[in-house]
Amino acid sequence: MIPAEFHYTAPESLEDAIQALVDGGEDAKLLAGGHSLIPLMKLRLAAPSLLVDLRKVPGLHGIERQDGAFRVGALTPHRKLEFSPELGIVAKVAAVIADPQVRHRGTIGGSLAHGDSASDLPAAMLITEAEVTLQGPDGQRSVTAADLFLDYMTTAVGEQEVLTEIRLPALDGWGSSYHKFNRRSEDWAMVAACAVVKANGSTCEDVRIGLTNMAAVPLRATAAEDALRGQELSPENIAKAAELAAEGTDPPSDLNASTEYKKHLARVMARRAIADSLAA
Amino acid sequence: MSTVPVRLNVNGVKHTLEVEPRLLLVHALRDKLALTGTHVGCDTSNCGACTVHLNGEAVKSCTMLAVQADGEEVTTIEGLGTEDDLHPVQEAFWNNHGLQCGYCTPGMIMAGAALLAENPDPSETEVRHALEGNLCRCTGYHNIVKSILDAAGRSSSEVSA
Amino acid sequence: MSVAEQPSGNVGKVMRRKEDPPLITGKGRYVDDITLPGMLWASFVRSPEAHATITSIDTSAAAAREGITAVFTGADMTDVPAPLPMAWAPPGVQVNNPEHWALAKDAVKHVGDPVAVVIGEDRYAVQDAVEDVFVDYEPLPVVVDPEQAIAGEPFVHDSLGTNRVHEWSLAGGDVEAGFAEADVVVERRVVNHRIAGAPIECRGVIAEYRPGQLTLYSATQVPHFVRLFMALLLGIGEDRVRVIAPDVGGGFGQKLQVYGEELVACWASRRLGVPVKWTETRSENMSVAHQGRDQISRVRMGAKRDGTITAFHVKILADFGAYNMILTPLIPSLGAFVMGGCYKIPNVQTDIVGVFTNKCPTDAIRGAGRPEATQMIEVTLDQVAHELDMDPVEIRRRNFIPAEDFPAATATGVVYDSGNYDGTLDKLLEHVDVPAFRAEQEKLRSEGVYRGLGFCTWTEICGLAPSRVTGPAGVGVQAGLWESAMIRVHNTGAVTVYTGTSPHGQGLDTAFAQIVADKLGVDPAVVEVVHGDTAIGPEGRNTYGSRSLATGGEAVCKATDKVVEKVKQIVAAELEAAPEDIEVAGGKFSVKGSPDKGMALADVAGVAYIGAVPEGMEPGLEETNFYDPENFVFPFGAHACIVDVDAETGKVKVLRYVAVDDCGNPVNPLLIDGQIHGGVVHGIGQALYERVHYDADGQLVTGTFVDYALATAAELPNFETDRTITPSPVNSMGVKGVGEAGTIAASAAVTNAVIDALRPLGVDYINMPLTPMRVWEAINEGSAAS
Ligand SMILES: Cc1cc2nc3c(=O)[nH]c(=O)nc-3n(C[C@H](O)[C@H](O)[C@H](O)COP(=O)(O)OP(=O)(O)OC[C@H]3O[C@@H](n4cnc5c(N)ncnc54)[C@H](O)[C@@H]3O)c2cc1C
Ligand code: FES
Ligand code: FES
Repeated sequence: MIPAEFHYTAPESLEDAIQALVDGGEDAKLLAGGHSLIPLMKLRLAAPSLLVDLRKVPGLHGIERQDGAFRVGALTPHRKLEFSPELGIVAKVAAVIADPQVRHRGTIGGSLAHGDSASDLPAAMLITEAEVTLQGPDGQRSVTAADLFLDYMTTAVGEQEVLTEIRLPALDGWGSSYHKFNRRSEDWAMVAACAVVKANGSTCEDVRIGLTNMAAVPLRATAAEDALRGQELSPENIAKAAELAAEGTDPPSDLNASTEYKKHLARVMARRAIADSLAA
Repeated sequence: MSTVPVRLNVNGVKHTLEVEPRLLLVHALRDKLALTGTHVGCDTSNCGACTVHLNGEAVKSCTMLAVQADGEEVTTIEGLGTEDDLHPVQEAFWNNHGLQCGYCTPGMIMAGAALLAENPDPSETEVRHALEGNLCRCTGYHNIVKSILDAAGRSSSEVSA
Repeated sequence: MSVAEQPSGNVGKVMRRKEDPPLITGKGRYVDDITLPGMLWASFVRSPEAHATITSIDTSAAAAREGITAVFTGADMTDVPAPLPMAWAPPGVQVNNPEHWALAKDAVKHVGDPVAVVIGEDRYAVQDAVEDVFVDYEPLPVVVDPEQAIAGEPFVHDSLGTNRVHEWSLAGGDVEAGFAEADVVVERRVVNHRIAGAPIECRGVIAEYRPGQLTLYSATQVPHFVRLFMALLLGIGEDRVRVIAPDVGGGFGQKLQVYGEELVACWASRRLGVPVKWTETRSENMSVAHQGRDQISRVRMGAKRDGTITAFHVKILADFGAYNMILTPLIPSLGAFVMGGCYKIPNVQTDIVGVFTNKCPTDAIRGAGRPEATQMIEVTLDQVAHELDMDPVEIRRRNFIPAEDFPAATATGVVYDSGNYDGTLDKLLEHVDVPAFRAEQEKLRSEGVYRGLGFCTWTEICGLAPSRVTGPAGVGVQAGLWESAMIRVHNTGAVTVYTGTSPHGQGLDTAFAQIVADKLGVDPAVVEVVHGDTAIGPEGRNTYGSRSLATGGEAVCKATDKVVEKVKQIVAAELEAAPEDIEVAGGKFSVKGSPDKGMALADVAGVAYIGAVPEGMEPGLEETNFYDPENFVFPFGAHACIVDVDAETGKVKVLRYVAVDDCGNPVNPLLIDGQIHGGVVHGIGQALYERVHYDADGQLVTGTFVDYALATAAELPNFETDRTITPSPVNSMGVKGVGEAGTIAASAAVTNAVIDALRPLGVDYINMPLTPMRVWEAINEGSAAS
């Protein structure tokens, strides 16, 4: 189980990286942490002809606060996010991705560009209403999380674009929680729900709920959000709202979970995530 | 297919290799440098038998290209400690029967050593979570967890031993 | 462990392992670590189809690739005279045994069946070239479900005209009469799903043929069996074949096999004149290394109102997959020998039907037949208890074979060597306060937490031997299952033990050194234990069936005793005393009563090798023993498991697992606990996480460690282990096997705990695997019904 042959380059600037993608054509691929791409290549489910390794490109690392948001470099590994509690929900989500070894190597940029429906960070991007910066041969653009995820493993990141950073609004004063349902702690999510809640006294001033693995792309549970917004944050109201979490979803069934079961899990995870957000 | 040069500092020894870009780090260690203590137990990055330290952090060497480690420091089980000068985690695995067939053991020890470097006084739960990327079929993990806690100077919370 | 006092000798003591220093420093030597000069690599082309005729194979593109030396198919191996072996021929029973070739000849029968092998210069080149071998398949109808397979077409092997492999029964008493006496009869359909062995080291081989001489390194549990069959299948004298099992990264039964890949590597090395290495990938291991369990059973248990079991009848449909491997059809029968468990049941019957399907073959996986039997007995017993409104502990006590009955013959005529089932249960209840648990359980239920307690009191049959019973005239294994040992005392008094067992993680180097050290009055540090090399030491029967200590260890004892006899004679002559007055004490052989006058083993060896031995005695100090016991050994125990079930999601969490085991006299408690821990996790794994699953087209859905879920440390608790000691009368040490014990007990304890947790939700019974969705569905059905 080894990758098929490919060419490799590790450019030292963003411009050179983009140029390498342009020159490499459609079978060229960026390499960040490699923890989505290399496993696919080992199973020969992906066989790029050229890998453009971002590891020497400067400026893609680090977490900084700028006014009301954090700027997170695309190459920031999950492990760094996990130990940055100021990131709130994103730190909590990063902490339960796979295992420590994977978290040391896997990057936020790679995860978002890859867009695996079972990956954990995308839903958190939706509810923090994050934006990513994409740099390509024709310049730079910004895409909101809501527009980033198009389909199963398909994102708005163009073939010749590099996702350089993530702008993460700091949800000061919001509580947050992530409930990931899996069989083993190292596993991908069967279903997961993340929530951020802004409480005003005991009233829900605002709430956002994200769902993982309930569709080809991450989802916002808007019906549930609408049902809770402006309401008293009582267990009953939370439960009632969470009952709507799977509204409009139709996740595919697999060996471990049927469509019905996944929808049920989405409701349970959403309720638990909202409830726990109040405590944190 | 073309080869590329890779400079690796492995266990304090500098090596320059000419490798295919697709060469996995684990195979560079095993097949090119004859460091066979790092094992392979799966195709899907689940088992952790291949765990080494890259600049001090635990990583799965089956899920890295050797070229990604160019210019970096790699520590393998062979570099952690020797027969006469065992690393405390190695010593603790020996004292607590933390291994049976020994196949997962290098990865377990490397994962445990990386945990203790980061968190010298972990709880049992923290140890168990630090090992979530490492599979063992022999020990049921009981004595592995005990070994790592022992290396940290703690005993595990078991009722009996 | 609460057995606190340390014995005076080495036996019985906690000792850290002799085998560990290389393994913890990265200096172990597993097959893939070995490189031979000029060595080539092999990689197999495997069928993506579950059932198909091979219409053509085009190897030319692969063969033309740079770095590729050869590509072989089944058609090239015509000089191999016979198919792969199956070594069970039960007297009077017809076993359908289709040909099974190392490389498929005309048809493939399951996904992963090998059709060609590519040989070339390195690990990567051969894997690339495999993709360039083009095979045309004509798909044939596929059968995956054993109940469908036994009903008729399509056939896995058309030539047989049936999918039935065999029928085999073992009965004692009269079950129908027993049911007639019963006040309640409980019937369940017990599914024991297919699991994998999943050693973390996959299989691997290096074959090196030099004219007239074949050496095979293999990650195997059974080097001696492999040697025999390589010799037979390649037409090389057995004396010219050497099989080496170097460090082996776990076996769990999966490496108790003679595999086609071993043969292909040897054959290709002879053909090409260079060493050939093959390292299995995990994906291959999951699809072609033999799997285990996979039984669907109709289980009936009858009992009187007071809980006395009157009859137990089990009808097993065993799914063997596509071929018979070395012992495939025998495996369910191993369960039949202990189908009464640790209970006095007058009428017991096991009827087994084996069936072929288009799946990977099954064979022995840790426990082999006994975990299935225990699941049926222990889970059904709890069902009966519930029916009678009896406490699960109470019903067990009511039916235990009493301690004074041992040796105890069961209804089927199997004689249990020793037991004290109340003793292990008493000890278990010292750890588990049942009344307190019940109170807590009640309270938690009112808070929506569903906690359950499950028991498993069990015995099993192991220490595989005696040949008289297991052999051709008995059960029908076409081999004797004795064990051997040879003890060599060197000039310096250092000792080497050659054992015919082939350990791969069990710690026998340490255990055997402890045994020998006590007998010879030396430090275990100077006792080396050598195994896993057919060129060294006597013929052996290797490691499986929890046999290595009870059978192999006893051979070590007996061989050492012979050495001791000789030592005593030499010492007696030197000290001018009678041999019967010589004893070993304080590291010396001396005359009883005068301990300071004596000879250390080194001094005796000096005399023996200089040749200054008493008249008529051979020089040297080396003895061999072949040991064939009179009976099996029957370890037993009482386990309890406490789980929490998240009733909303169906997820089960094991909170506590308490194992009280009795494997006779302990040699090294550290090793016993280690075997229990690992065995228990194998059983918990089957109950909660692990499952080999094929879809209706025969495609393997759980082909990697992503989908085949081995529990990690994060899912499991610490284990609580304790023991009682009831020596076995079968061997001089009074020991029993412990390698499979945990696995045999655990899945039933977990299942019973989950059912106990879920009863208030209307769930009375549930089959493994107790995955979240299945538990959730059971809860839904339960609440709908109640
Ligand atoms: C065993 C295992 C378990 C895992 N479990 C989980 C899990 O539970 N949850 C989870 O969320 N993830 C999981 N992952 C995935 C892990 O988080 C990956 O690291 C992550 O999804 C991808 O990040 P990467 O940096 O490794 O990306 P890479 O593998 O390097 O790249 C992934 C894709 O994104 C592209 N890409 C990468 N970076 C950029 C960029 N900056 N700009 C544009 N395109 C880019 C690449 O070309 C490639 O197509 C798991 C991985 C493994 C190996
Ligand atoms: S070999 Fe690297 S995780 Fe299994
Ligand atoms: S010790 Fe054998 S796999 Fe862990």
